[in-house]
Amino acid sequence: MSTEVQHAEPGFFRKYLWSTDHKIIAMQYLFTGMAMALIGGYFAYVFRMQLGFPNQHVPGYGIVTPGKYNALVTMHGSIMIFWVAMPVLIAAFGNFLIPLMVGCDDMAFPRINRLSYQIFLLSALVLLSSFLVKGGPFGGAWTAYPPLSASGAYNLTPIGATLWLLAVALEFVAFLLGGINFTVTAMNSRAPGMKMYDIPILIWMIILANIVFMASAGPLIAGAVMLLFDQTMSTGFYDPTRGGDPLLWQHLFWFFGHPEVYVVLLPAMGIVAEIIAVFARKKIFGYKTVLYTTWAVGFLSFVVWAHHQFVAGIDPRMANIFSITTLMISIPVTEMVFLYIATLYGGSIHLDTPMLWALAFIAEFMIGGVTGIFLGSSGTDIYLHDTYFLIAHFHYTFVPIAIIAVFAGLTFWYPKMFGRMLNETLGKIHFWGTVIPFNVIFIPLFITGIAGDQRRIYNYAQFAEQSRPWLQHLRTTSTIALLFMLAFQLVFLFNFFWSLRHGKTAGANPWRSTTLEWATLSPPPHGNFAEMPTVYRGPYEYGLAGRADDFLPQNVPDRAVGD
Amino acid sequence: MSASAKPISNTRSVTGIPTARLITWWVIASEIVIFGGLLASYIMHRIAHPEWAESASHTLTWAGALNTFVLLTSSLFAVLAHKAADAHDGPKAAKLLRLTALGGLIFLCIKGYEWTLDIREGFVLSSGGFWSFYYTLAGLHGLHVLAGMIILLIVAADAAKNQELQRVECIGLYWHFVDIVWIFLFPLLYIAR
Amino acid sequence: MTTEAHVQHPNYVKVWAILVALLIVSVLGSMSHIREVVLIAAFGVALVKAYMVAKNFMHVNVEKRWVPYLLIMCLLFVAILFAGVAPDVMKHSGLHWTKNPADQSVPSAAGAATKNE
Repeated sequence: MSTEVQHAEPGFFRKYLWSTDHKIIAMQYLFTGMAMALIGGYFAYVFRMQLGFPNQHVPGYGIVTPGKYNALVTMHGSIMIFWVAMPVLIAAFGNFLIPLMVGCDDMAFPRINRLSYQIFLLSALVLLSSFLVKGGPFGGAWTAYPPLSASGAYNLTPIGATLWLLAVALEFVAFLLGGINFTVTAMNSRAPGMKMYDIPILIWMIILANIVFMASAGPLIAGAVMLLFDQTMSTGFYDPTRGGDPLLWQHLFWFFGHPEVYVVLLPAMGIVAEIIAVFARKKIFGYKTVLYTTWAVGFLSFVVWAHHQFVAGIDPRMANIFSITTLMISIPVTEMVFLYIATLYGGSIHLDTPMLWALAFIAEFMIGGVTGIFLGSSGTDIYLHDTYFLIAHFHYTFVPIAIIAVFAGLTFWYPKMFGRMLNETLGKIHFWGTVIPFNVIFIPLFITGIAGDQRRIYNYAQFAEQSRPWLQHLRTTSTIALLFMLAFQLVFLFNFFWSLRHGKTAGANPWRSTTLEWATLSPPPHGNFAEMPTVYRGPYEYGLAGRADDFLPQNVPDRAVGD
Repeated sequence: MSASAKPISNTRSVTGIPTARLITWWVIASEIVIFGGLLASYIMHRIAHPEWAESASHTLTWAGALNTFVLLTSSLFAVLAHKAADAHDGPKAAKLLRLTALGGLIFLCIKGYEWTLDIREGFVLSSGGFWSFYYTLAGLHGLHVLAGMIILLIVAADAAKNQELQRVECIGLYWHFVDIVWIFLFPLLYIAR
Repeated sequence: MTTEAHVQHPNYVKVWAILVALLIVSVLGSMSHIREVVLIAAFGVALVKAYMVAKNFMHVNVEKRWVPYLLIMCLLFVAILFAGVAPDVMKHSGLHWTKNPADQSVPSAAGAATKNE
């Protein structure tokens, strides 16, 4: 039974701005996320210029004052996590791929899908509006600890602080709605024959990420309401002189904040899984093990949060417990990486651009993970907390997640999304021009961090014992590397937009992949499939011997296989 | 938008649970953590501050008990509406859903009156730890009651025409959840001294 | 689109009557001067009422098994949150520290409650 919806070709508004089609909504999230990435990247440029060349006029900005520095780092962090990583990894890829990969025509609730984007867009606009208010955008760090975040007298950005909080709250509502829609679709709307273990890893990862988000965001929503009241209604939820406790916010924030990093990690690992299977022409090694370790990671992520608070004055016995759990969680994550490496072993490796990004993810993320051990142990964390070592660690995890895996996914699914191939040469130039400078930015910061450089300080010259002038060349190197990395993004932008019109036309399945999204046209039509597919096998049947093709798509019946 | 415009994805049911009810359970799951987080924060403060018992003694128990009765009764109407929908009697389900919404309205009116009395005594949101939590908890719950009322009326409008009857059970589930939250708020805010 | 009835409908009015009776018990119990009686009347009854609403009105026990498991898992996360946070928020002093403002807030919180700030 198919739903033949007869309607006239919709106008521009209905087709691109008011659509309920998951593919259009995916594009809306993607382009909004990319635009926010430009803004977040610009802010990083400005504050790194201040750090590399203190108190010099920054081209394209001006002089960075202490207040502006605080706002820049706050906005950079908030934007990159909430308005770039989450919308692109989860909402854009999830929206585009879930109905296609499970073999149905749209999300289970298309209008709720549209509403989710609209609320998300509103949240982005609320955040951007804070750039225009008196005092400017919020400057209390993306972690927004009270009393700094609760009192305008302290953070000097009272209106910005409330707008930031509202923007984050709206973003949470958008992702709760969207996430529930994704989960229901993946659970209920699968093609006939697609059993639980026939679902592509990426879909599992996005769904588990949504569940982790949903379970962890609740307490922070409660905490945000309390912070909002502290900011605007003279309550004292986080004020110890009035019966409250600032540590409560920290706990509520990190109870969400730590699962959040896995919320963005899981889709990134899912994208990498899909790509390495295709470009090693080999099925994922240990599909079920990957799944079970992911469930373990998801659950464990809820019991490690206070490792962000080792020096905040928490009960030391809690610090013991959280150290142990934090070190434990590295085990399933490492196991997943080993499974990916095992997938590559013995495979027929094709180093196309998507595969380069996927391999870079594995290598760079491992560095991030290994450096996390020093931070997860409460003893060493006492020294390393809030130094540049920490910043380098989380950029070695976040950049693979939000940038490397995103480029992997974009270069891989671009043909399906837009019906054109990206230019391979430009893709490789962009790849090396991003990955090499990325390492040159952050390796010096590991060194300065161990030497003692504290984060969130706009100018070390203000603090005699902090200034360590012999490290300035490292800070400057880091800044210059960032300039290179930003410059090479122009290559990507050019490739992306030029190929929309002038790229080689892509067929339905240019990468010769087995999953269902490649079983329809590029780009897929409204309704996705001319005839809804049926699934006959798992998603990674590659490397098959004795056949004309070395892969067997999920939707091809056994009878039709050439002998 | 008529029912015939539903995508195929909406009509499939690999889990055996219809999509509408499935999404309702997920909504309830996420709300458990939201209210749970706020309640946990309140409980740990309340236990740590025995002196808040003095403030707590000023809450109007009769209003809380009456509101509990109102919500329990409205939940009864909600589940009777589900029964009517199962019997394919859309107009009867609509009537019962509207009675449920009326219960929500009465709840909010009693709360409005109760808060007026509290405020006249000088107890406002910023009057101290207990009152901040009291208004925030009851206020968040009240917002959910209001949202529930609106959805009840929308579902009732369709049900009256014998359309989208599967939604009757779903909004009922949400409403029962809101009722359960109040079942715990009542002792926490009104009885425990 | 109509529902296929997936539940047996018990006598809902009877369930409602029991719930109201329990409400009366909890209000009467709260007026006692014995602390244990008040606590059981308040929270014990609340737990029973919540269970009855979940079972009889929401039909959680007739649903697929993973639904109540999911809901219980969410409650478990709230319990984990409480366990991890309470030692910091609830205690006012430890081996080597005291939370000075909290100690001093004993008179001020009670005083503030009767003032309109």
